[in-house]
Amino acid sequence: MTIDWSWIGDHTDDLTSLTVSHLQAALSAVFFGLLISLPLAVVAHRVRPLRGFLLGLSNVLFTIPSIAIFVLLLPISGLTRTTTVIGLTVYTLVVLLRNTVEGLDSVPTKTKEAAKAMGTRPLRTLLTVELPLALPVIMAGVRIATVMSISLVSVATYIGDGGLGQLFTDGFQRDFPTPVIVGVVLTLLLAVVADALLVGLQYVLTPWKRRRA
Amino acid sequence: MIQFDAIHKRFPNGTTAVHDLSLEIPEGGVTVLVGSSGCGKTTTLRMVNRMVEPTSGTIRVGGKDVTRQDAAELRRSIGYVIQQAGLFPHRTVLDNIATVPLLLGHGRRRARARAAELLETVGLTAESGRRYPHQLSGGQQQRVGVARALAADPPVLLMDEPFGAVDPVVRTQLQDELLRLQKELNKTIVFVTHDVDEAVRLGDRIAIFRTGGHLVQCAAPAELLARPADDFVADFLGAERGLKLLSLKTLADVPQGPAPEGGAWTLVLDEARKPLHWAPKDTKDAEIPLRPLADGDSLLAALDESIASPTGLIARVDADGVLTGVSSRDDIHEHAGRAHTAARTRTGTEPETETAA
Repeated sequence: MTIDWSWIGDHTDDLTSLTVSHLQAALSAVFFGLLISLPLAVVAHRVRPLRGFLLGLSNVLFTIPSIAIFVLLLPISGLTRTTTVIGLTVYTLVVLLRNTVEGLDSVPTKTKEAAKAMGTRPLRTLLTVELPLALPVIMAGVRIATVMSISLVSVATYIGDGGLGQLFTDGFQRDFPTPVIVGVVLTLLLAVVADALLVGLQYVLTPWKRRRA
Repeated sequence: MIQFDAIHKRFPNGTTAVHDLSLEIPEGGVTVLVGSSGCGKTTTLRMVNRMVEPTSGTIRVGGKDVTRQDAAELRRSIGYVIQQAGLFPHRTVLDNIATVPLLLGHGRRRARARAAELLETVGLTAESGRRYPHQLSGGQQQRVGVARALAADPPVLLMDEPFGAVDPVVRTQLQDELLRLQKELNKTIVFVTHDVDEAVRLGDRIAIFRTGGHLVQCAAPAELLARPADDFVADFLGAERGLKLLSLKTLADVPQGPAPEGGAWTLVLDEARKPLHWAPKDTKDAEIPLRPLADGDSLLAALDESIASPTGLIARVDADGVLTGVSSRDDIHEHAGRAHTAARTRTGTEPETETAA
């Protein structure tokens, strides 16, 4: 199995646009996943009876095979980027929802009591006390969801999207390994870089967690 | 300043936390709520800023029914020091203190300036303002808790076992600081503790609660120690009630005379006439250390020192530590006895005792 380096040189523009498209699909999924998970997690955290239901639902959605999700979505959104993003978003929910709920649960009662006793109203307490303190646990979920989405985007090749995944189809069809290898390497690189950036973001967002002399 | 009127609190699980409480807390001064756990003292405190709502009855702060006010606004107008400080771990010390001014819309710059001022008030360095709570010791965190409660300059301060989690040495320091602050600020402080000594030390008035949420007696510490309303109060105050009473009386009125000369023991002074120790006439005996006492020290400390002294005498000093004279064990005893009799027979200006219905 040899790599045809000249192929890479000839296709840098394609590779760049596929990488960008790949990343865009994955990040959109995480973004919408967070948008949906945050309010649901707040509800699950505050309304105990709904908690099991919501977490259970996100688990059930996670067990649907990814190809099946795309097929199910076809009649609704067709062969579009929208289908890809919806499909991926569904998968991020299981980690994002669970981690956000656990993050909110991890905020000490004493701290919430203090906020209340100082005269902070519930919404402000949520935004300025509970969510910041839940951030490390939420960020752990975001990291998993991001890496997972980056690896899952390729599945959307079946509906004509799939970012770097298109390189796999291309390589398999022509029995030409170079695009496959390049696709795998670029996907891995994307995942590693995205994860590192998220670690950096978390460091910036949680100054109180840093050790200082 | 704070009026409890026929307050009952029953929790959903059926326990009665507070039973028919009527109590008036006057403006200024420290009122300590004391009692064993489950006696309703913390619940009583938390009803003032509506962290707990009473089942029936009314509470007024500054004449206004608390339940008629917006709960969040009410809480901003009342300082609250929570057990083990309860600081926000993700905010710097300065921002912790600035919490209430920020909620009141004072703006970040002004709120932080006020917070910096308070750091100094509670005896912390400006540098510690940039730290996070977990980087401070327990005692320092507690000071931040007090500063945070004082930030919006509320007339009323609620303190819920604030010094319960620190070691005895630090606790004494924090108590001293609180007394010093209170002299300066003269707030209406309601202080909850289960420690009788702390109550006697800090309280201008002490309210004793019994399990089941009954207020048993509310009176000045001296009054309480001399005339406990019943056996429960007497038991709660402990066997050394008499000694605790002496801790409230100062040495000021005990007569003093010149230091004796030519006896078995001589009081040795340094060149500034500050007492050093007792030296024996027979040089084979070791010299005995002493603790000089000033007028502000308690009769209890004087009694203790007179027992330790080989001559039964205590060395009295002025504010600079210079010897003013000595007092004998008998003089101290006599004064202690008189203090007790006075307290028992209600002479002088005595605050009235309130007993729960």
